Amino acid sequence: MSNPAKTRVTINVNGKDMSAEVEPRTLLIHFLRENLNLTGPHIGCETTHCGACTVDLDGRSVKSCTLFAVQAEGSKVVTIEGMAAADGSLHPLQAAFAEHHGLQCGFCTPGMITRAYRLLQENPTPTDEEIRFGIAGNICRCTGYQNIVKAIRSAAQVMAGQPRKEAAE
Amino acid sequence: MIPGRFTYHRPNSVGEAVKLLADLGEEARPLAGGHSLIPMMKLRLAQPEHLVDLGRIGGLKGVRSEGADIVLGAMTTQAEILDSALLREKAPILQEAAQVIADPQVRYQGTIGGNVANGDPGNDMPGLMLCLDARYTLTGGKGNRQVAARDFYEAAFFTKLQPGEILTEIRFAAPTAGHGWAYEKLKRKIGDYAVAAAAVVLTMSGGKCSGASIALTNVAQTPLLAVDAAKALVDTAVDAGAIDAAAKAAIAISDPTTDTRGPVEYRRSVLGVMVRRAIARAKSRAR
Repeated sequence: MSNPAKTRVTINVNGKDMSAEVEPRTLLIHFLRENLNLTGPHIGCETTHCGACTVDLDGRSVKSCTLFAVQAEGSKVVTIEGMAAADGSLHPLQAAFAEHHGLQCGFCTPGMITRAYRLLQENPTPTDEEIRFGIAGNICRCTGYQNIVKAIRSAAQVMAGQPRKEAAE
Repeated sequence: MIPGRFTYHRPNSVGEAVKLLADLGEEARPLAGGHSLIPMMKLRLAQPEHLVDLGRIGGLKGVRSEGADIVLGAMTTQAEILDSALLREKAPILQEAAQVIADPQVRYQGTIGGNVANGDPGNDMPGLMLCLDARYTLTGGKGNRQVAARDFYEAAFFTKLQPGEILTEIRFAAPTAGHGWAYEKLKRKIGDYAVAAAAVVLTMSGGKCSGASIALTNVAQTPLLAVDAAKALVDTAVDAGAIDAAAKAAIAISDPTTDTRGPVEYRRSVLGVMVRRAIARAKSRAR
């Protein structure tokens, strides 16, 4: 299989199959932002450090600046835009970040929330230390980590009191 | 940052991948987890004309037991290593090392095969493989060959891997039941390479060390097997004197460079601390 110019990729994004013609070198973050106009995942450092571009890919948190869109062909991606319910009500993580002031400038927030979403799927009752270790790939340059940890802890408690929701899986 | 143009190939089998690499020549690179290669491509420090994506090849993933050996498929991710019940029971040192590699997102993507095959002296798994005396299976057009990890690394980013070959499997004899183990790494921050790191596996018998293996990460152009450091422990009670001798022997073979992680003297000093801590923890875990 050889793709000298553009190739069609189809990726299930937030529950819908989305398709576009892309160059093989198109990064997943650019596919999401430019082809699909999903500007929730942010471009921060572009060097796989900051985690602002984090999305959920087939049940794993990935930095979408370090993956080609063609590698995600046929995969399921969830971005921050896919977190709220269809009626617009916030995901418990989104509500908790608002309630506990888990953001200052907000730039890192989409990555923080999508990462925290996967963390809580894997470990629904994390300790603060496990939360800190679990979000170690996401950097907040306002350094508001204390409230971010608080928000994730609170969301975990809220989610534990609700039926487990496997959004977009 | 946008990588240079390339042609993308997605083979379905190792045979197909090897043939592609042979046909396309030196301008083709295999793509595993991509977390070393893609950042290099974004910086245009790597500009391969062809990428051969190994991501959809079945059979290259997983951890299994085969007789006395533990076998790791090259495309097994660091996250999968952390999840492996077999490794937790038989070779938990791999999990202690995987835990300090990069961050959660990178560990979901980064593979053990890519980590050991890339030849980056900053990577943690190569040193561990020296410590465990692992063998790598290299698959090329003419079939498979085995190379010991201890012979694999020639210089920074130079290995015994030939163009057209793919590292497909890693195998090592499971360490003796009751062995002590530790991987000790100092890094400036999450995601950074080691200032220095040490892997130690040892066995204690009747209060004395009956066998030891020590390897060092990121203190030379290649990972180092610290033969004399290990010898300094054998037939001792692994007391303060033996640990001191081992740390000195490890420092003696190190050859770090001065970089953003610190001057040579500091990195050597840190190496000594890493070796001492790793030995002490390994001893405390030995049964």
